[in-house]
Formats: sequence, C-alpha cells, structure tokens
Amino acid sequence: MPLEAHIKEHAAWFKRFDAVWTPTILVMDPAGTERYRIEGYLPLNWFRARLEMGLARVAFMRKKWSDAEKLYTSMAGSDAGSVAAEAIYWRAVCQYKSTNDHTVLTPAAQELSERYPRSEWKLKSDPWAH
Amino acid sequence: MLVDWIKDVDAALETAKSQNKPVLIDFSAAPA
Repeated sequence: MPLEAHIKEHAAWFKRFDAVWTPTILVMDPAGTERYRIEGYLPLNWFRARLEMGLARVAFMRKKWSDAEKLYTSMAGSDAGSVAAEAIYWRAVCQYKSTNDHTVLTPAAQELSERYPRSEWKLKSDPWAH
Repeated sequence: MLVDWIKDVDAALETAKSQNKPVLIDFSAAPA
C-alpha cells in the first residue's frame, strides 16, 4: 500500500509520523504500526534491500517466522553488505523462534564471523558462537 | 514500473487494515 507524502502538500503527515528528514520511508504493518524506517538516500540496490528488510520486520513482528526467514534468507545474499549481515542475524533469530533450539544460532555466528568480521551484527552474535 | 501512489493517509491505513497489507510511506521534498 504505497503512500506518498510531500513536505509542501502534507506537512501535517511529517509531524504525525515524526518524519524529520527527507527522504524518509516508513514501513508499517497492516495495523498501522511503524516497523521499519529508512532515512536518507540510498542507491537502488541498497534501497531495495532495506525495503525487503522492512517487509521481513513486519512478518517478524507478526510472529510469521517462516515468512520472515524466507525474506531474511534472500537478503543474506545481498550485495548490500550491512544489510546482508543484519539479515543473517535475524534469519537465525527466526530459526530459533520457530524451533526453540539454540543450536541454530551458532552457525549464524560463524557465518557472520567469516563473512562480516567487522560488522555490528558479528558482535551481536558473539554470545552465540560457543 | 509505475507505482500507484495513494494520497490519503487515513484511507491508505484503512485499506491496509482491511486487506491485511503493509503500508509504505515515502516522505519526500523532491521537486515534482
């Protein structure tokens, strides 16, 4: 459901949704709750990857673990590096949420350590490594 | 691909709810 808000025509919407910079993209769930925010310009492949992450977050917050995992899996191979690292992390969380098996987290920590050793997501996964 | 942008926020939120679809809002200052 795409909605366009221009600062000259819809200033009240900027205030209503706390959009304080342009471009800002909000991804909201069907109930109208904000689930993901993209602030600032991105090149097309990064923008698309962030949008996919937003849709994955919507599924995740609705506890649709399988749907979210599929989206995160597709993003895990993205050429947008920090998006891919984030997707690997959240894909593992989806796997854990759907199985309650903590051992699914360790391979994700190993993958992050190998592919994105300098990323924040590698640091967040460090407790999973052992 | 052309996007069929909606211009009414409350209508969009209501439709999203009834159709169980997510909403994307693009806040822009770009010249028309």
